[in-house]
Amino acid sequence: MDTPVVYATPNPPTPGRPVIFNPAVCNGCNTCAAVCPEDVFIPNPVKGESPIILHPEECWYCGVCVDDCNHGGGIRLNHPLQQRVRWKRKATGEHFRMR
Amino acid sequence: MSAPSSYTWPYPIRYGQQDTHETDVLILGGGIAGVWAAIAARRTGARVMIMEKADTRRSGAGGTGVDHWNYAADNPCSTITPEEMTQALVDNHYGYRSGISTYIFTSSAYETLLEMEAMGGKVRDTDDEYKGAPFRDERTKLLFAYDYQNRYTLRVWGANYKPLLRRQCKKLGVEILDRTSATALLTENGVHGARIVGVTGVDCHTGAFVVVRAKAVILATNRPQRIFTFSSEQRGSAVHRGGSNVGNGYAMAWRIGAEFTMMEKTMRTVFASPYNFPIYGSGNMHNTWYPATIVDANNKEVPWVDCNGKILTSVEERCRPAEGQKFFLMGGGNAYPPPGLKQYAGPKLIPDLEARMLKGEFTPPFYADLTSMPWYERKVIWGLMVGQEGKTRIPIVQTYEKAGFDPAQDMLQAYDFLRGQGMAETGAPQERTFGEIGVAGGLLVNWDLMSNIPGLFGAGDLLFGSQDHGNAATTGRYAGARAALYARGVRHGELAAVQVEREKKRVYVPLAESPDSMDWKELNFGVARVMQNYCSELKNEELLTLAETWLADIEQNEVRRVSAKNPHQLMRTLDVIDILTCAQMIVQASQARKASSHVLSFNRIDYPAVDPPEWRKYLVIGRDAGGQTRVTDRPLGFWGDLPSNYGPRHAENIAAMQAAQTTAAT
Ligand SMILES: Cc1cc2nc3c(=O)[nH]c(=O)nc-3n(C[C@H](O)[C@H](O)[C@H](O)COP(=O)(O)OP(=O)(O)OC[C@H]3O[C@@H](n4cnc5c(N)ncnc54)[C@H](O)[C@@H]3O)c2cc1C
Ligand code: SF4
Ligand code: SF4
Repeated sequence: MDTPVVYATPNPPTPGRPVIFNPAVCNGCNTCAAVCPEDVFIPNPVKGESPIILHPEECWYCGVCVDDCNHGGGIRLNHPLQQRVRWKRKATGEHFRMR
Repeated sequence: MSAPSSYTWPYPIRYGQQDTHETDVLILGGGIAGVWAAIAARRTGARVMIMEKADTRRSGAGGTGVDHWNYAADNPCSTITPEEMTQALVDNHYGYRSGISTYIFTSSAYETLLEMEAMGGKVRDTDDEYKGAPFRDERTKLLFAYDYQNRYTLRVWGANYKPLLRRQCKKLGVEILDRTSATALLTENGVHGARIVGVTGVDCHTGAFVVVRAKAVILATNRPQRIFTFSSEQRGSAVHRGGSNVGNGYAMAWRIGAEFTMMEKTMRTVFASPYNFPIYGSGNMHNTWYPATIVDANNKEVPWVDCNGKILTSVEERCRPAEGQKFFLMGGGNAYPPPGLKQYAGPKLIPDLEARMLKGEFTPPFYADLTSMPWYERKVIWGLMVGQEGKTRIPIVQTYEKAGFDPAQDMLQAYDFLRGQGMAETGAPQERTFGEIGVAGGLLVNWDLMSNIPGLFGAGDLLFGSQDHGNAATTGRYAGARAALYARGVRHGELAAVQVEREKKRVYVPLAESPDSMDWKELNFGVARVMQNYCSELKNEELLTLAETWLADIEQNEVRRVSAKNPHQLMRTLDVIDILTCAQMIVQASQARKASSHVLSFNRIDYPAVDPPEWRKYLVIGRDAGGQTRVTDRPLGFWGDLPSNYGPRHAENIAAMQAAQTTAAT
C-alpha cells in the first residue's frame, strides 16, 4: 500500500458541509453564490466548477441556493446530523429520520 | 480528504477607495419592508436607491417565504374592523405594541396583498385545491387561518414573493446596491441630531467605501440578534432572522441621537439556540402547524381546550372562538411569555399536560399526527403552510419527503419536554433573545413613520412594538410614500467631510493585525456572555452596573483586537461592533426601568412590583451630543386617535403614487 499523504491542518469549522454539489448537474454558473443571503460561497477559481463553500458555519439552512439553482439539482441541502428530526409510521410503529 | 486550501480573494480589493452616489430616497435594507418602501417611493416619481447587505432577491427574514398574512382586517371576509383588530392587538400586549404600525398594518394588509397579486404573487386558491374546506371563502377563493369564523388572517403562497418584489423594483427603475452594508448615517454638517443628508457603507465583496447622498433615509434593517446567544460553529443555524440582521440600523441611528423605546424587553429564546431543530420542521401545533393533532408515544391524543377550559372534541372546534368570545388571536399555546388576555386567547393543548405526563397519563415522546386529521387540514399544513412558510420549501418539505416522510402515514416527532423545559423547545434561562419573535423594542416614530431625526424614517420589524411580514410590507409601503413626499420639500444637505472621514477611518480599523488578535466570532461570544451573566432572566442594579462596566471594557480594550482578513470578515466585524452597541442600549433601558414587568418579560429582583401603575409607560432612550443617555417617557397609547391620524396620510400616499403613474402614462 502506498503511504498516504497526511496533512497537518487546523480544525475546520463545523458543521462543515451545509450543502453538497452534484457535479453531474452543476455547471458552475454561480447563481447559488449570488443569491445566498449569508454569502457562504465564493466562485470557484476554476471556471465551470461548483462554487467553494467558504463560510460553512454561517449557513442559515434556508435552501435558497437549492431553490434557485439554475440547473435544478446542482446542489442539495445537508442538515447537520444533530438536527435530523425523527418520525414514526403510525400503522407500523417503525421509526425513521431525516437523511 | 485533501488539505484545506486558501484561495485568492475572488473579488477586486478596493479598501479605502470611495464610490459616491446620490438619490432622493435611500432605503437601508432590501428585505420585505425595504423593497415595499422602494416600490412605493418610486411610484411617487422619486429617485430611489436600496442599499442591501446581502442580495435583494432573497435577503431578509421574509426572503424565503410567508404563509400567514396576518391581521388583514381590511379583507372582504373579515368580521373584525381594523380599529377592533388594532385595539385587540395592543391590549393583548398590555399596551406595549405600537398603535401606529399596527393600525397601518391592519388597515392596509389586504390592499397591499392585492398589489402583491398584481405583481404575480399567488394569494388565492385559484386551482381549487381546497374546494369545500371550512377555511376557504368559495366566492373570493381566499384561504384563512386560525379563526375560521372571523377570517382576518390569510393563508398565502408566499415562497416566491421576494423575487417578485425585487423584479418589480428593477422594472420601476429602483437602483440597487447589493452586498453593501450600511455603516453610518450622515447628518447635516455632521451635527448630532440634525437632519439626514446621507449614509456610508462598505462593499462586502471589494471592501470599497460607499457614500450616498440622500434627502430621506428609511431604515429597514430589522432587529439585532446574537445579543445573548452565540454559537461559533453553528453561527447560521442558531439565529432565527438570518445572519444579516444584527441591529446595524439601531446602532447607526443611536449614534446620531435617534430615540428608541421598549429596548428593555428581552425573553427566553424559542429558536436561537444551537440545540434547536430546523424551524417548522419538528412536531408542534402552533403558528404554521396550527391546529395539528398531537399524540403521545401510544398514539393517545392530547386534548385541546378553549379559553374557558372546555375540552374540545373535534378539529373544527380548534378554529372557532369559544363561547362568549367574539374572536381569538393566535392559538396553539406556545409556552413562551407573555400569555395575552383571556378574551383573545385561542384554543391550545391542555395546560396541565406536563403534570399529567409525569403522573403517567401520557408517555413521551409526542408527535404531530396529521394522519388522523381531515384531508384539507393535512394538505394545508403540510404543503401550503409548511412549504410557503420561510425556510420550509427546501429545508423541510423537499428534504423530508426525499427521506420518505409521508404526512398521510407518518407522525413527526415533537421535542417538547425532552430537555425538561416544558413545551416549545424553549431554551435555558441564559438563552435569551431580543425580539427574535414577537413585538420588540425599536425606533420610536410618529405617524409619518419618521423618527426624531428629520428625514430618518423606519419600517418593518425595526419599528418599536411591531412584528410580522404583513406589517413590514404595509409599513414599508407607507414609509416609502411618506419619505418620498418629505423629500419633495427639501434640498440635498451638506455632507461634513470630517464626519465622512471619521467613519472611513473607523470601518477599516479591523484590517490591522495585532499579535493578540481574535476574530469577530470570539468578540460576539464575549458580548453574549456578558449579557447572559449580567442582563439575563434576573436583573438588579448591581448586575446591570456590571453589564455596563464589562461591555464598556470590551468596547475599549477588546474591539481593537478583532482582525478581519477579507471584506466579508470586515463586514461581520462591523456587525459585531453594532451588536455590542445594541447590547449597551438594552442594558441602559434595563437600568432605567425600576419596576418588573410581566409583558416585557422583565424581572428586577430589586424592584419586584410587577407593572405598578406609575411604570405602565414607554421608556424612551436617546443619546445626546455629549454621549450621555437621556431617558424620557411616553404614556401608553401616546399615538392618539387612529383613523384621523392614518386616514389623511394614507390618502395622500395613494394619491401621490397614482398621480405619478398617470403622469408617466401620459
Ligand atoms: C423563517 C421565517 C419565517 C417567517 N414567517 C412569517 C410568516 O409566515 N408570517 C409573518 O407575518 N411573518 C413571518 N416571519 C417574520 C417576517 O419575515 C419578518 O417580520 C419580516 O421579514 C420583517 O421585515 P423587515 O423588512 O423588517 O426585515 P427583513 O425582511 O429581515 O429585511 C431586513 C434587511 O436588511 C438587510 N440589512 C441588515 N443590515 C443591513 C445593513 N447594515 N445594510 C444594508 N442592509 C442591511 C438584511 O440583509 C435584510 O435583507 C418569518 C420570519 C422568519 C425568519
Ligand atoms: S442554504 Fe441558504 S445560507 Fe446556506 S448556503 Fe444555501 S443559500 Fe446560503
Ligand atoms: S446555481 Fe446550480 S448550477 Fe449554478 S453553480 Fe450553483 S449549484 Fe451549480
